[in-house]
Amino acid sequence: MAKLRQCAIYGKGGIGKSTTTQNLVAALAEAGKKVLIVGCDPKADSTRLILHSKAQTTVMHLAAEAGSVEDLELDDVLAVGYGGVKCVESGGPEPGVGCAGRGVITAINFLEEEGAYEEDLDFVFYDVLGDVVCGGFAMPIRENKAQEIYIVCSGEMMAMYAANNIAKGIVKYANSGGVRLAGLICNSRKTDREDELIMALAAKLGTQMIHFVPRDNVVQHAEIRRMTVIEYDPKAGQADEYRTLAQKVIDNKLFVIPTPLEMEELEDILMEFGIMDVEDESVVGKAKEVA
Amino acid sequence: MSEQLTREKAQALIEEVLEVYPEKAKKDRAKHLMVNDKTITQSKKCITSNRKSLPGVMTQRGCAYAGSKGVVWGPIKDIIDISHGPVGCGAYSRGGRRNYFAGTSGVDAFCDINFTSDFQEKDIVFGGDKKLAKLIDELEMLFPLSRGISVQSECPVGLIGDDIEAVSKKKAAEIGKTVVPVRCEGFRGVSQSLGHHIANDAVRDWILSARDEQPFEQTPYDVAILGDYNIGGDAWASRILLEEMGLRVVAQWSGDGTLTEMENTPKVKLNLLHCYRSMNYIARHMEEKYGIPWLEYNFFGPTKIAESLREIASHFDATIQEGAERVIARYKPAMDAVIAKYRARLEGKKVMLYVGGLRPRHTVGAYEDLGMEVIGAGYEFAHNDDYDRTMKDMKDATLIYDDVTGYEFEEFVRQLKPDLIGSGIKEKYAFHKMAVPFRQLHSWDYSGPYHGFDGFAIFARDMDMTINNPCWNLFRPPWQKDTAEADLKAA
Repeated sequence: MAKLRQCAIYGKGGIGKSTTTQNLVAALAEAGKKVLIVGCDPKADSTRLILHSKAQTTVMHLAAEAGSVEDLELDDVLAVGYGGVKCVESGGPEPGVGCAGRGVITAINFLEEEGAYEEDLDFVFYDVLGDVVCGGFAMPIRENKAQEIYIVCSGEMMAMYAANNIAKGIVKYANSGGVRLAGLICNSRKTDREDELIMALAAKLGTQMIHFVPRDNVVQHAEIRRMTVIEYDPKAGQADEYRTLAQKVIDNKLFVIPTPLEMEELEDILMEFGIMDVEDESVVGKAKEVA
Repeated sequence: MSEQLTREKAQALIEEVLEVYPEKAKKDRAKHLMVNDKTITQSKKCITSNRKSLPGVMTQRGCAYAGSKGVVWGPIKDIIDISHGPVGCGAYSRGGRRNYFAGTSGVDAFCDINFTSDFQEKDIVFGGDKKLAKLIDELEMLFPLSRGISVQSECPVGLIGDDIEAVSKKKAAEIGKTVVPVRCEGFRGVSQSLGHHIANDAVRDWILSARDEQPFEQTPYDVAILGDYNIGGDAWASRILLEEMGLRVVAQWSGDGTLTEMENTPKVKLNLLHCYRSMNYIARHMEEKYGIPWLEYNFFGPTKIAESLREIASHFDATIQEGAERVIARYKPAMDAVIAKYRARLEGKKVMLYVGGLRPRHTVGAYEDLGMEVIGAGYEFAHNDDYDRTMKDMKDATLIYDDVTGYEFEEFVRQLKPDLIGSGIKEKYAFHKMAVPFRQLHSWDYSGPYHGFDGFAIFARDMDMTINNPCWNLFRPPWQKDTAEADLKAA
């Protein structure tokens, strides 16, 4: 058995992390890999396409029902879906109450203590809530957890800002643990020169754009059926895109401590690609003129 | 008895003690240590207080929760205080302060029971509001005679942002009793002092005006005792003096106090403030809102008690003024007897104090009544208005130390060789091991009361039996006697 690879997927909220992760995992499973997905988001939508369910019952909800997390067994929280992919959701509170970050910490500690990673696995994927808002959401990238971080982004300005911020977070933990940036996954929003832009950003960060995932409605069609594209329409071109991404992840050897950009450098890139006007301070803070 | 401390010597001592610190720490700690100078009236010119303690030093401070739950709210006897959060804060703060109450525990008094929501992992993740609501229902079922509930927030409640205000409002309406949310999370502020303030504000916002429109049979002689927590029965020993001089004590805040008393306090003529630090906030508020004047008094030792009784009486008519003189005269023989008995045994003994709210200055007079001298005093959590007052009560060239570190205090004691130290439980055994007589002055070392004339008799006895206890000479075996002093110095 090859060494278990633990990967975490981060990225701006709404960028398509969960969808990309599940399609990627489905492609890995199709290629014969044994994979565990750990959803680290109180919304608990990281495994629905694999399990065809609305939302998996989560570690934290089961723990709350049983009394404490110590009262749970691994089998209670693990579900198996498409291609034998194992699924766990950490779960957490509804928005506005409690501490979701602590939920992630509790759930991951539980999985570790119960030996969830000791089984015959090739990959673990942590699908983490949009922004690293507190220590809890950094849990998957601390020592002895995920070693490879993939950032999902697009050519939109805020997605790139978020990617750069996540890279800063990785640097912090890269120095104390073994976590490395493994690449940017560009989930296309069909913005101008998107692939070149993300490749330029990746180069600045010292990493690679591991794959450019084009935008395709079939993803949406599959999603409505709570399925991955791989399962819903294996012959679709988009399925091949995810298969390519999966193969690139399998073959990936480029793991780096990122070199995050200063705000000015990031803006320089955006100017270079025409997203921001060059040296035009006059537009800052100005509303669109009404004709 | 060692030689008299001069200002130069005291300053040199401070500098010598500071010498071991790294530059930054030395600079910071120097601001918290001073030699008293009676010519200076404003402490801000010579001492810094109410600042964050330095990392790495031994500080004796508590937290905001300790200030709120432990000091202000805890003694209110007919209210249940919920320690809202994990179990430890409530469990380890239970019953340590010896605030006495008259009542039946678990029926109409709840001071000595630990109520906690006992947070578990799931309460942190999903929030504790539902548990709090359930807890209040259960309390109402188990203890129907409680008059109200306070929710004392522990740290996690503030971190996860539980809405205890909403729960409190809802439950108050449901059970028809006062339910007060108190945001006294321990991480707030630099010491327990902020907890006092937060607790005062909660009383102001959720209790004080509850009976504003209700009828109350007033007399011209209504007063309230603020800032007496009835430690070892202190408030009782104080109350009887006020009553004997003809005043009516409407409320005790908060030792042996009740919710109703507190709600009636806005109807009094004068607020009497003993512990300024922990209750000046509510006294000032009542002055602003209800026009009630307030007066600081000191019921330690016959001299200060007589002064205070006369000053209190000066706010009332001749009846009360005569009453004050009558009370003073009545207790004088007893006080003279106490002094006659103990003064000879205590004359000239030197005392160093390091305590909390008011005692570093308020007990000075009581020691002086016994012929003793306070040569050093400091507070854990005072503000500069406390030091303004302390500088007046302390003699010239005495040491004043704010948030003193374990090291500094021990060094001062080694050099100044006081005959008695009055401080807390954390200091007690360190000084016992140095063979220095020690009284625990937070909870009166299982004794008390120390307030009032009756309390002074006990105070004098306790100081005598501590200082003149034969045990202090038995720390060294006979064959080491000669070297004992040298060792102590070298240590």
